[in-house]
Amino acid sequence: MELLHATLTEQRDAIARGDVSSVELTRAYLDRIAQHDPALHSYHEVFDERALETAAAVDAGKVSGPLAGVTLGVKDLFCTSYGHTTCSSKMLAGYRSPFTATAVQRLEDAGAVVLGKTVMDEFALGSSCETDVDGGARNPWDTDRVPGGSSGGSAAAMAGGLAAATLGTDTGGSIRQPAALCGVVGFKPSYGRVSRYGMVACASSLDQAGTFTRSVGDAALLTKLMAGADPNDNTCADRHVETDLEDVDTPVMGLRIGLPTQYVMEGANHPAVQDAVEAACDLYRAQGAELIEVDLPHTAYGIPTYYVQMTAELSSNLARYDGVHYGHRTASPTAGLAELTALSREEGFGDEVKRRIMLGTFALSSGYEQQYYDRALRVRRLIRNDFDAAFGTPGANADGAGVHAILCPTTTGPAFKRGELIDDPLAMYLNDVYTVNVNLAGICGISLPAGTADVAGTPLPIGVQLIGPAFGEQTLLRVARQYEKHAGHEGLRPPL
Amino acid sequence: MPAEPRTTPPAISEDDVRQVAKLSRLKLTDDEVAHFTGQLAAVLSHIATLHELDVTDVEPLAHASDRHSVLREDIPGPSLSPGAALQNAPDRQDGFFKVPKVLGQGGGA
Repeated sequence: MELLHATLTEQRDAIARGDVSSVELTRAYLDRIAQHDPALHSYHEVFDERALETAAAVDAGKVSGPLAGVTLGVKDLFCTSYGHTTCSSKMLAGYRSPFTATAVQRLEDAGAVVLGKTVMDEFALGSSCETDVDGGARNPWDTDRVPGGSSGGSAAAMAGGLAAATLGTDTGGSIRQPAALCGVVGFKPSYGRVSRYGMVACASSLDQAGTFTRSVGDAALLTKLMAGADPNDNTCADRHVETDLEDVDTPVMGLRIGLPTQYVMEGANHPAVQDAVEAACDLYRAQGAELIEVDLPHTAYGIPTYYVQMTAELSSNLARYDGVHYGHRTASPTAGLAELTALSREEGFGDEVKRRIMLGTFALSSGYEQQYYDRALRVRRLIRNDFDAAFGTPGANADGAGVHAILCPTTTGPAFKRGELIDDPLAMYLNDVYTVNVNLAGICGISLPAGTADVAGTPLPIGVQLIGPAFGEQTLLRVARQYEKHAGHEGLRPPL
Repeated sequence: MPAEPRTTPPAISEDDVRQVAKLSRLKLTDDEVAHFTGQLAAVLSHIATLHELDVTDVEPLAHASDRHSVLREDIPGPSLSPGAALQNAPDRQDGFFKVPKVLGQGGGA
């Protein structure tokens, strides 16, 4: 069914018109998952029965709303009161959440049909999806390659046509990087835009929910529905989203788009990525936007800053897995509570989780905290100051001081092979070089399909990234929409 | 780069990793200690580039949000039942989480 590859908005409208029923669409996705997911492994768990029941309720007119009857895949770190929530970890194997995450609940309240939970890097730690306890999702463009991570299953499911949209989370690039490597739209809203309630905590000052979609308009719609104050998350902003689909599709004439010299001049990018960014510049100039070089001098310090602060927060958040309250408990006899906890954690966590817990514990430990943690927080300030200067925030955008959006690559190149980086953590971490600073600054970013790079005869997707100031989603999505509209990469999909 | 003298922290040793694992409540095998020490040393040497910057007069930024100490009305509402809160516990008894003996012989907490 060709409609499976249409945008969520088109599918919703087709259901509303009566061209197709939600049950027909849902069943077609479930069939496609049964056919292709044994090779892609993008879903950890599929809710066939529940999804068809919800779809039938929509068709019977019992459920309505702006997402009535469209399908959704949900990253397996969003808690759901149905099925399991495992974070792709042995630690949470069999875990059943007593509640549902706010982001998921709001989309279900709008009529969405949840197909299942998608595979990820264990506890969202990774850039390849390979740290998943079951071996990880594959890239639909080449199943020997990674889909990116950590939200790799959500990206692979979208690229494979196994959902109308999927949810992910982005702590340092975990939506934008896999979106680029799989050739779909990946949107990380500003920190605080979407409630984190019911998202299993990774690094609390950086985690943010976001979307994988086939269009910028779909990202705008889902974000609008998820956003807004939540009494269960006091870091969630009490702001309405101004973004409407109609507003997104307006010209960029007269807008200023920044090109950070640090992101494109390092010679590290694949030629296709470099070409894509240059083509995007030409596109925006042709649309009447002004391209301006911007200076983000602390760019290179993003990765070291990130890996101190995120691991520090992670080590604290993951202390809750103690073998007592929930999660894995060792079956071996232990001499008391301390050993029970240490052995349960040793057995329940994979290598990358252990490495990052230890890194964070080290960075916070007595004698090192000043050298690592405190210093990283100060550099984080410098990184945010870079963006504030570029955007002219706060309040200076209107009078011409800053740029409206920043254009750069999402990643240095296309998807790498499975196994290539898995035992070289530092090389894996450097994957996030163009994405982490957005999280550190708390601002918003989107990765857009930018065509493919030819790698030994195989076309592999690449992405361009647009970055906007905190709570500047409306303008960012508008700039993104004009790229999508004129770049000619819509409908890009793997031969599946 | 600013002129502050570069004070690179020392590389991490296997003994450091053992100590950090203990603080982290991870019972690592000797093989894991050896494996992780090299990997953590490589990451820490990259992190040491932060020492190229003079951050003396820079205010730390722990959080990008401008919201602090948000208060709400103190109104009782529904919350998890004891049964729901305990449903994922590896072991439980009479409405409590159950743990091994922590006092006397066999204790050690």
